[in-house]
Amino acid sequence: MTGNQFDDKLKDDLIPDAGPHAGPATHSSDMSVITSDKIAGVDSQAARAALADVPWEPGAKKPDPILVADHVVRRFGGLTAVDADHVEIQRGVITALIGPNGAGKTTFFNLLTNFDTPDEGTRVFDGHNIDKVPAHKIANYGMVRTFQLTKALSKMTVIENMKLGATGQKGESLWRSVLPFMWKSQEREIEARADALLDRFKLSHMRDEFAGTMSGGQRKLLEMARALMVEPSMVMLDEPMAGVNPALTQSLLGHVTGLRDAGMTVLFVEHDMDMVQEISDWVIVMAEGRIIAEGPPASIGQNQAVVDAYLGTHHHAALDLDAEL
Amino acid sequence: MDWGSIIESLFRGLIGESFIVFALAAIGLNLHFGYTGLLNFGQAVFMAAGAYGLAMMVATIGPAANRNFGWDLSESTLFWLGIFVGVVVFPVVFALIMGIPTLRLRADYLAIVTIAVAEIFRIVVRSPTPGIKKWTNSSDGLTGFSGTFYDMSPFGTQDRYLFNLFTGNQMFLVIVGWVVLAIGATICWLLVRSPWGRVLKAIREDEDAARSLGKNAYSYKMQALILGGVFGAVGGMIRAIGFSVAQPDNFITDVTFFVWVALILGGAGKVLAPIVGASLLYGLLNFSDTFLREGVAAEVIPESIMTGTQVGQVRFMLMGLGLALLAAFRPQGIFGNKEEMALDDR
Repeated sequence: MTGNQFDDKLKDDLIPDAGPHAGPATHSSDMSVITSDKIAGVDSQAARAALADVPWEPGAKKPDPILVADHVVRRFGGLTAVDADHVEIQRGVITALIGPNGAGKTTFFNLLTNFDTPDEGTRVFDGHNIDKVPAHKIANYGMVRTFQLTKALSKMTVIENMKLGATGQKGESLWRSVLPFMWKSQEREIEARADALLDRFKLSHMRDEFAGTMSGGQRKLLEMARALMVEPSMVMLDEPMAGVNPALTQSLLGHVTGLRDAGMTVLFVEHDMDMVQEISDWVIVMAEGRIIAEGPPASIGQNQAVVDAYLGTHHHAALDLDAEL
Repeated sequence: MDWGSIIESLFRGLIGESFIVFALAAIGLNLHFGYTGLLNFGQAVFMAAGAYGLAMMVATIGPAANRNFGWDLSESTLFWLGIFVGVVVFPVVFALIMGIPTLRLRADYLAIVTIAVAEIFRIVVRSPTPGIKKWTNSSDGLTGFSGTFYDMSPFGTQDRYLFNLFTGNQMFLVIVGWVVLAIGATICWLLVRSPWGRVLKAIREDEDAARSLGKNAYSYKMQALILGGVFGAVGGMIRAIGFSVAQPDNFITDVTFFVWVALILGGAGKVLAPIVGASLLYGLLNFSDTFLREGVAAEVIPESIMTGTQVGQVRFMLMGLGLALLAAFRPQGIFGNKEEMALDDR
């Protein structure tokens, strides 16, 4: 799908969730689920509006940052993979992290989620310094991530995958696990929540199938739905569009904007420029491990530093990202 | 050929002491490998931990403590203390030794360390160095620790029970073993269908995914390693009580691989797999052994094919052939699901 077709769809005020297989009726019920679990106190409209005053420059200060990274450096031997001076992620908006291959996006992403440890620098998430926090505790603070190579747990059923995502489960303690009466009622609540989410992501028909039998796109959806079981305030998506067939693209895009509209903060790494242009509220561009540009998506294609990074310094025409990528 | 003794031998394998020992050890290995994906090639050391924990408490450590500290712990007190040491203290120590350095690393490292720890323990225990021998009695092993157990037996020592299959002492051990096995299998069943078991399976499938959802993979792997080790220790302890001796060469690497065979035969990741797998394994081993022996003795199998002394080797050749056929035609084991097994691990 090209950007123009996409624009038309938006102009027609079609709801982005309406993929080829989704009728309008199922769609309205989707939205009600999304709005019903809004995160209190986060107004994504206002958060987006506040971005208007943010200067278009690397390391720009945001009015209400949820995640702040300072001087984060990661070296692999002699190679400095990431050297990010200052990054702030605005709460309640969708931020895209882009850059040419080898720019250090995924490494930086892993550093922000503590799946990798930086050699220097500090990271603060939602008021918590997370420098010394192990990766698994980050989820309890409300940050959850997905992976570039989807990690559907193949030999577990879809509903088991979902239920795994819930945090604070009593039955996950060894001692209580052998006493089902200690956790059964909580388990029922979790299952109801999982079923509602599966419904929203149109995966209910796969509920009792092994996750390994799903298509690539369904796995992406499952991974996103499972992440929501954590009840996160921030969702980190590592290449959500990689390996997804075009029929599911619309549906995925709709879900991502749905997260924002429900008050969650989204940061994603992506190569698919359609997605970056259309759904992100703010774009951060990396090249050679550094943050080289920031700004709203429309500003990025005209940015000289970005053009240089993608096409080399001798190229002096404005970059048509759609055509080039 | 004496078919009576062949059938007896078959049933002793299907439901007897070896079945109980290996079923318990395989339940432990199932928690490790079938549910958590931990490659433990040293289950024998957990079994040895159970055996030596009990034997050393009763036969060497306990008496030494009595002498040196002027305590007056009776043999039966030491026996119950020994059960605690063998089932809890030793396996936990071994699991921590194996797990702390390796569980943060890739799965292969645990495999290397487990097999190494198992061999190091066995070789140290059988060392003739006086400082070690006074605690473990080298390759002769420790005896005199099972008296308290058999004193509790309600069965007459001179009589035979259950269609002549077992002596009184064996009958008592086997009944206790069945009860322990039933309790163990129930605990395992409760564990793996709980949210705790769900986390284990998630770690088996993808550790990073589990971590991203807030699960402390390292801690869960350690819990699984310890718990599976405890099951192995209970099995090893029953083995030692059955033989009335704790001997290092009862816990050689082969023992670990027998446990693996029992598990794979049943189908890893299924609650009943270790039990049925161990039963079938020992049923078949006993059957082939007695059958061949009887065949050679009755000259049904001519000496040009094999002699009585070669039966032991031939039955393991047959077992190897059986394993190869199993791998080719039913790799998922008896209870496994082929479609499930074929799902890719992406």
